[in-house]
Amino acid sequence: MIIGGDWQLNGRVPSWAEVLGNKTAVNVRVVPADLGKWDTSLVLFLLHGREWCAESKIYFHAEALPDNLQTLLRQVPGKSASKPSTKVNVESKMELASRCAAKWSGHVKQIVSFLGECTLGFIGVARNPHRFRWLDCLVEMQRCWASSLPMVSLVSFLVGVILAFQSAVQLQQFGAAIYVADLVGLSIVRELGPMMAAFIVAGGTGARFAAQLGNMKVDEEIDALETLGISSVDFLALPRLLAVTVMMPILALYANVLGILGGMFVSATMLNIPASAYWIETQNRVGFSDLSSGLFKCLFFGLAVGLAGCLRGMKCERSAAGVGTATSSAVVTGIMLIVLADALFSVIYNVLGI
Amino acid sequence: MCWEFDQVKNDPPLPVIQVKSLTCGYGEKVVLQDLSFAVYAREVLFVIGGSGCGKSTLLRCLIGLLKPFHGDIAYFGNSFTAADTGQRRNILRTFGVLYQNNALWSSMTIAENISLPLEEHTSLSRSDREEVVSLKLAEVGLAGAEELYPSELSGGMQKRAALARALALDPAIVFFDEPSEGLDPIISREMDELVLQVRENFGTTMVIVSHQLASIFRLADRVIMLNPQAKGIIAEGAPAELAATSTDPRVRDFLNQGNDLPKRTKENFTGSDKLTTK
Repeated sequence: MIIGGDWQLNGRVPSWAEVLGNKTAVNVRVVPADLGKWDTSLVLFLLHGREWCAESKIYFHAEALPDNLQTLLRQVPGKSASKPSTKVNVESKMELASRCAAKWSGHVKQIVSFLGECTLGFIGVARNPHRFRWLDCLVEMQRCWASSLPMVSLVSFLVGVILAFQSAVQLQQFGAAIYVADLVGLSIVRELGPMMAAFIVAGGTGARFAAQLGNMKVDEEIDALETLGISSVDFLALPRLLAVTVMMPILALYANVLGILGGMFVSATMLNIPASAYWIETQNRVGFSDLSSGLFKCLFFGLAVGLAGCLRGMKCERSAAGVGTATSSAVVTGIMLIVLADALFSVIYNVLGI
Repeated sequence: MCWEFDQVKNDPPLPVIQVKSLTCGYGEKVVLQDLSFAVYAREVLFVIGGSGCGKSTLLRCLIGLLKPFHGDIAYFGNSFTAADTGQRRNILRTFGVLYQNNALWSSMTIAENISLPLEEHTSLSRSDREEVVSLKLAEVGLAGAEELYPSELSGGMQKRAALARALALDPAIVFFDEPSEGLDPIISREMDELVLQVRENFGTTMVIVSHQLASIFRLADRVIMLNPQAKGIIAEGAPAELAATSTDPRVRDFLNQGNDLPKRTKENFTGSDKLTTK
């Protein structure tokens, strides 16, 4: 085979089958003649040729080609013609399953072990409160409040509006429009207010914790703490955990107020229920136990968000991609833990009759 | 206030750091196997070798960030690998680390960065700590940078600030991870001079991980050269001596890089190299 002329990636490169057509051969010898400018397209063409020859049991000779082209061809190893057996595939699936199981058990182990470290840290803080970084904690509380407030306001108000709209359509048919207040009040205070606030904090503050700590890990700032004998959990995680745990019930309380206001707005504008009547109905139906049960579980939602954010950040891989993965993983883990905690509390409250 | 090591002051000199049969790596991968060496007081020891030979892995083991699979690291005769929490904290106090990325805490000012080790390990009052911070910054030529944040400093200044933090507790040993990385040759030379000055002033032992030949020949009393195939030390000694007399081509090639390169002159410029000047 004689090759010549210009071979450029932006030009047309012939396929090997097209060049050889139906010809049969025992040897293929590639010889250059008037070879002009060439780039990777020629190397690719020759590699395809070499593979085709290997599959067709034909000898491929490239000795006549320029040295640099031969070097490039030698750098790419020939592909093996053997195909993986079915047994290998079955093993691969088993391996995949065991890897998945190991990964999940690893995640659970990590969370439990980090929770243990944090508990020990808090015990240490209780013994020596002056060692706790109170200022960092207050700064984190302020950031958590400030960054979550707009989203909590909007989402909670709209959830109240949506609930009121959906229930009003049904309740109006029975002349029971006033019970919109009961439905909205109870759902918001017991479930949706705390959940919405927790989800928003997981997406904002939890992700921020993971990104902050992940970047610190990449920049060796966490290593620098450890080599000074300063526990990174005590120094970095505990103030953040306490901040988000304290702020979560406050944000949930605020979410409750906004959700009820959303319902009140729909009732006043669509159902002609005066705001005072709506408020009295809400007060009559929503008791202290409803409010406190919602707010109490928020403490655990806050802890879940803080744990997920700090854990993912501190276990982050040392790369920019690692920080991204840690951030998204913190949000997913946070939401998963919130839902798990909520399910657990639903059962406990049910058993206790709350 | 100060924790004392049981250092033997008479001959033979007790090594400041004694590494015995150290095997370490990541997961199941062994990077260094059965490594043994010692570092003596006031010595500047360079750990050298090509990329991937395990220099940083060894450093991470020495400073306690990586648990070895096997072997022992002792500081002043006290085992670091077998130390309990209290002993470990005391050993950690005896060394400072200058990281490759400086690792200054970005949310804190330079003064707060240097003050934190003092806060954690001493009972100095706030005003005393502030004085120590100013002194340390002056020592590294950064006087007046107390209230700046790391992001407000240039690369060379950040390196100096990180060195000031590493020196905050007047450690007996300072570990350097690629101290000249990312610095221009002039700043790099200034950094080397600073290292020598610290050794002169405080008698500090230095362990430096680097592959910068200029710094190695300027500073090193002794080098240990690691190799990925050997998973350990292939040469140990004074750099000039090794460069001249080593029989191992890997050592000679590494230490003599640049010496055998043809120097480009105006005369040997070829057509494509021609520069146009106005």
